[in-house]
Amino acid sequence: MIEADGKCLRCGGCVSVCPLDALTLTESGIVCSDKCTDCGICAEFCPLSAIKTEKVGE
Amino acid sequence: MFPEIPSEVDIAVIGLGPAGSSAAMACAKAGLRVLGIEKRQEIGSPCRCGEGLSRSALERMGIELDEKWVNIGLYGQTVYAPNGKYVRIDFDEPKGWIIERKVFDKHLAVLAARAGARILSRTEALDLVRENNKINIRLNSGNGTGEVRAKIVIAADGVESKIARNMGINTTLKLVDIASCAQFEMANVKIDSKRAEYYTGNEIARAGYAWIFPKGKDTANVGIGIRKPFANKTAYEYLKEFVNSHPGLKNGSIVEVNCGGVPVGGLLENMVADNFMVVGDAAHQVNPIHGGGIAEAYVGGRIAAEVAVEAVREGNYSKEFLSEYNKRWWKERGNKLKKLVKVRELVENLTDDDLNWLANYMTGEDLINLTRSSGIKRLAMLLMKKPRLLKFARKLL
Repeated sequence: MIEADGKCLRCGGCVSVCPLDALTLTESGIVCSDKCTDCGICAEFCPLSAIKTEKVGE
Repeated sequence: MFPEIPSEVDIAVIGLGPAGSSAAMACAKAGLRVLGIEKRQEIGSPCRCGEGLSRSALERMGIELDEKWVNIGLYGQTVYAPNGKYVRIDFDEPKGWIIERKVFDKHLAVLAARAGARILSRTEALDLVRENNKINIRLNSGNGTGEVRAKIVIAADGVESKIARNMGINTTLKLVDIASCAQFEMANVKIDSKRAEYYTGNEIARAGYAWIFPKGKDTANVGIGIRKPFANKTAYEYLKEFVNSHPGLKNGSIVEVNCGGVPVGGLLENMVADNFMVVGDAAHQVNPIHGGGIAEAYVGGRIAAEVAVEAVREGNYSKEFLSEYNKRWWKERGNKLKKLVKVRELVENLTDDDLNWLANYMTGEDLINLTRSSGIKRLAMLLMKKPRLLKFARKLL
């Protein structure tokens, strides 16, 4: 599962690159579903490095 | 209860950026019953755009310039190579403008409403279910949920589009096909307020560029677009370094921060399903070289609308019938944009040395012509002069 921190500006780019369609952009931020496998592509894309994945956190 | 959600329409447009408003306007002008919804409370906000619009883009859209959404007319542009050498071009009259998207997008929605479309902001599409040759959309308009049935849904819900994927069209972008962008709207900066400036270089903006687009005499959009996996820092980090190293910018103030993803490839062969079409950023309708998408979105919306109008007249909303939109869009825009993807692929292979070398040979006209096939040919001829670049030249021809 991924999580976006306070740096997130809700641009939604991460949603468009998620190969598993696991992310959704909502009013309050990015919501991650359990389809997520921590591939890290969303974090790689993020212009603000706002996304932490379990992989990146290791 | 006001605002009332119609229970049944011919066309429902989801997302009211330039693509959505353009589609809504064209369908309404043809006499169809149209509902256009925007999930945000304010159409045009937040702005995720450098806000540049060329004269040729404006002509393609076929709308009148209006001072209410124009900030600055551009009398020239300069492109800098990494070593500071530059290629510039000057115009006697503006060949482009820096616009105010927050005003512009709302203006387009007003035009759609004036043409007869029902427009609802702060209204989100929760889910879509296809049933009896129609699509039922469950909506949340802030004060409760409602439902509307549409013969055709046109999805214009931006780069983060989920709707097309839910309707079976794979719009997932590869990292290489999306620019990761960050932008500051800056005030109290020392810039040339009549020209657009572009900065290239692998240290400045790997596989992309930095831009300074003036919005007033001392205000500007200053942004960066880069591409992963080529870049090793975030767009925001590149942007901070760019601003800090620029004498005219480093003492300025930041009055707005934006970021976003810009599709620069991944053009879709198919943009329709039964009772369904996708337009604009959601359909990756963007110029792959500079990332400009305002006119592409607007034209995409218009072409989709033309086919939607014919579909409603014929009473045929099948994927087969709607695929006429694929055909027309590819003929009018897609094939051109596909050629530009090749130029983009060249750019990501250029070293700083190559860029410095190119700046010696390219003219301002060459740069402007890069979006035309004659310009691409000329670039290929130029690349042939440098043995290292020969293989890239061949790919362009």
